[in-house]
Amino acid sequence: MAADMEPPPLGYAGQTEFREVEDGEDLFVSTVTTLEYPEPSSPEQASIPAEDIRINSNGPKQRDISFDDDPEDLFGEATEEVSLDSPEREPILSDGPSPAITPVTPTAMLTPRMDLGAAEMFERALDEIEEDTSGDTFDIHIAVSDPEKVGDGMNAYMGYKVTMKTSMTIFNKNETTVRRRFSDFLGLHSKLASKYLHIGYIVPPAPEKSIVGMTKVKVGKEDLSSAEFVEKRRSALERYLMRTVKHPGLLKDPDVIMFLESSELPRAVSTQALSGAGILRMVNKAADAVNKMTIKMNESDAWFEEKNQQFENLDLQLRKLHASVESLVIHRKELSVNTASFAKSAAMLGNSEDHTALSRALSQLAEVEEKIDQLHQDQAYADFYLFSELLGDYVRLITAVKSVFDQRMKTWSKWQDTQLLLQKKREAVAKLELANKPDKLQQAKDEIKELEGKVKQGEKDFELISKTIRKEVSRFEKERVKDFKAVIIKYLESLVQTQQQLIKYWEAFLPEAKAIV
Amino acid sequence: MKLCFGSSRKIIWSGRRDISFTRGKQPPMAVQSKSEQEEDREGLLSVSSHTIHVTEAVRDGDGLTFIVISQKLSGSGEYHVARTHEDFEWLHQCLFNQEGPGILGVIFPPLPAKPSLNTSTKDLKQLGFLVMGKDWHTYCLALETYLQQVAAHTRLSKNKCLEQFLTSSEAPGCQRVKKSLFNRLSQAMDGLRKEGHKDVDGFFQSERDTNFTHIGYSKIATERFMDVVLTEQKMSVACGHLSTCLHLCIEQKDDTASLAFTKICVKLSEVIDLMKKNFESVAEKDLSSLGFGLDLQTRYQEAEKEMLYRRTCKLVEMEAASRNAERAKPVKKAAMDALKVKSEKEFAAISAVAKQEIAWFHAVRVKLLRQALILWCEKQLEVARDASTRYSQHLEAFKTLGGLTLQDSHVASEN
Repeated sequence: MAADMEPPPLGYAGQTEFREVEDGEDLFVSTVTTLEYPEPSSPEQASIPAEDIRINSNGPKQRDISFDDDPEDLFGEATEEVSLDSPEREPILSDGPSPAITPVTPTAMLTPRMDLGAAEMFERALDEIEEDTSGDTFDIHIAVSDPEKVGDGMNAYMGYKVTMKTSMTIFNKNETTVRRRFSDFLGLHSKLASKYLHIGYIVPPAPEKSIVGMTKVKVGKEDLSSAEFVEKRRSALERYLMRTVKHPGLLKDPDVIMFLESSELPRAVSTQALSGAGILRMVNKAADAVNKMTIKMNESDAWFEEKNQQFENLDLQLRKLHASVESLVIHRKELSVNTASFAKSAAMLGNSEDHTALSRALSQLAEVEEKIDQLHQDQAYADFYLFSELLGDYVRLITAVKSVFDQRMKTWSKWQDTQLLLQKKREAVAKLELANKPDKLQQAKDEIKELEGKVKQGEKDFELISKTIRKEVSRFEKERVKDFKAVIIKYLESLVQTQQQLIKYWEAFLPEAKAIV
Repeated sequence: MKLCFGSSRKIIWSGRRDISFTRGKQPPMAVQSKSEQEEDREGLLSVSSHTIHVTEAVRDGDGLTFIVISQKLSGSGEYHVARTHEDFEWLHQCLFNQEGPGILGVIFPPLPAKPSLNTSTKDLKQLGFLVMGKDWHTYCLALETYLQQVAAHTRLSKNKCLEQFLTSSEAPGCQRVKKSLFNRLSQAMDGLRKEGHKDVDGFFQSERDTNFTHIGYSKIATERFMDVVLTEQKMSVACGHLSTCLHLCIEQKDDTASLAFTKICVKLSEVIDLMKKNFESVAEKDLSSLGFGLDLQTRYQEAEKEMLYRRTCKLVEMEAASRNAERAKPVKKAAMDALKVKSEKEFAAISAVAKQEIAWFHAVRVKLLRQALILWCEKQLEVARDASTRYSQHLEAFKTLGGLTLQDSHVASEN
């Protein structure tokens, strides 16, 4: 796993992507869409699976939401506000989020009005929506399978089959099968990150790139480690997709739907490490790190401080656990090798033995040991794919969580900056009034009005992201419990099964040993 | 009480004579002629061989003292004695010094080497499984097997030293004993050359060849099995480490999700601890049954090798004597002839004994390995059954953990 340590999980890179694509009008449609999507995971709804999509997102509304629909306004404000912040403006074309013009786009969603009163209505609506049980129940199953090498040499790549089975109505078909390559997954992640990170969604990180691993596959090295690498990646991609669709907000994202349904996807070149975008990402990562250090936030909310600390601790612990499990996997593999070796030597001993019954017993011993070796291998497989990968996934997820917390800090910082700017403008207006320059004064007064709006917007944004993060964290914690519990149950089942197999083997061997006379 | 074996092989008392140890038994070991000793076919041993047990090893200063318990044949009680490795060595030497034609043809049960208290890598290499068990358990077993085999041996059991060893309250190890030349001969410089010397008897040649192959395979199997056991022990340590790590994953908050997660971690930590104990058990059972068995096979086969070598040496000697007799000048002819005849007689005696010993050896060897395999299988079956039960219990407990219903875990397990 250490070998796979490369430029950061795309959670961070995704953040950067966000800046690069904000010029697209489309972004804001989706942004609005998802801003409106509430988190359904309230604790009192424990009896209903948290995956329920509470909003009825299939076309025409059944909801009676009387909001003032004035998207223009919102977009206008949003455009400017966003542009305040971004230094880089070149969009990476292929990463533009797809237009949200699919039949399943929620059209008459709540349009949060960014002035007083709307906020309360928004919150009320969020609560109402959480109670709505008329939506689809979460029922989607995704499998990633059949890795096949496409092409030759260094331009070769691994294609994977992505199969989806669902009964949910946001999808066009109940079953789809598409072929995707690794960069498609990375592309999907970067799009989602650019759309949702800044509003506080914890976007699951895509599996990491591995130059070493892929090169081996490309040059056609057909050995055990290549096969293991491909299997590891396949499993990781499957888990990635499942985690993504489990997120109620992300599930309805048109990019996700398109990824699962359409047969052709535009190639996501900006995910390549050595592309212009890749280098840009690295630069931005450095810039972000610096910024993070310089933003000193007045944390008024103890909850966030606590949670931050909690996640730091969790991160450390998970990493330790991960290292510990890896060591377990290695030892078990060693055990398997040694068992196989002993089996061979027992067979040789049996062959050289003159006493027939003893010879047969020794041969049986060799067979039993071979079978036990297989058990060890299977168990090591379980150790790894259940345990080790789960821990690895969560270590990466926590990075995504941390970046969402960082986003909140940035939002706060933006708001504060706007406030400062407003302050300055007010001072400037005061001066202008004394200097008596009517035309400049008017302009300045207009600017102040704008800034006041922006300050309010900034505050709203901050509150919204804070609220979203709370919900996301709560969802994360619930998911975590479920995830771990499910994996542990599987692991325990594998342990039980191993022991039962062992019992069978020993019971079969005992009469053989007793038969030696 | 000091007993010294003088060069004339007559038993000479020196110092006080302590009668207590021979009280009620046979006449004191005063001057007995050689022939009387040979004729003494009555089982000298007053204990039954299979009741001899080396029950524990006690740390005694720089060394270990072993408690040897045996039951009297008469059924009237048992003997408890404490012996050190030096005492065992003394006994071993006594056996070699035993009189009788063809004693060289005996396959002497193998005595394990002396262990050092701090198990060094040298010890591990030399003694392997015997030093790997808990509390010297396997080493004691090796000593016990040694004593039982000696006591069960038709010739060796008659050796008075054995009786003394098992029953005397005083340790015999301080007594001087003539070191036998016959032990470990094959490790002498010209060993290899003689070892390959062609035999006159097909039976023995084939036996030598088989023995050679067997030792090779036995050694490899023993070493490989040791690797398995060592890795099992490593697994146990790794599990322990993981279990501790998990136990530290306790979250401070008390909301439901945090509590649930903490609970999960603690429970999982218990499961991993089970795994650790399981590996410990498996390793212990492995080394004390099959590991021990394989090691014993190897050592016993080496004892056979020693015997065959002694015979081969005698063969070489005999052939040399024969050549000398042929070439001898008339002056020396009679003497050479006498030597030749003596040599031939000795060789015949050794060969006769050796044939018996080989037959007996193979029977014993198979029996011992059978015992080891059965014991191993039974023990591992026990461990596996126990582990299976415990894991199942934990699995059931896990499924109902934290109030999350089975349905949830089904949904979640569709990952």
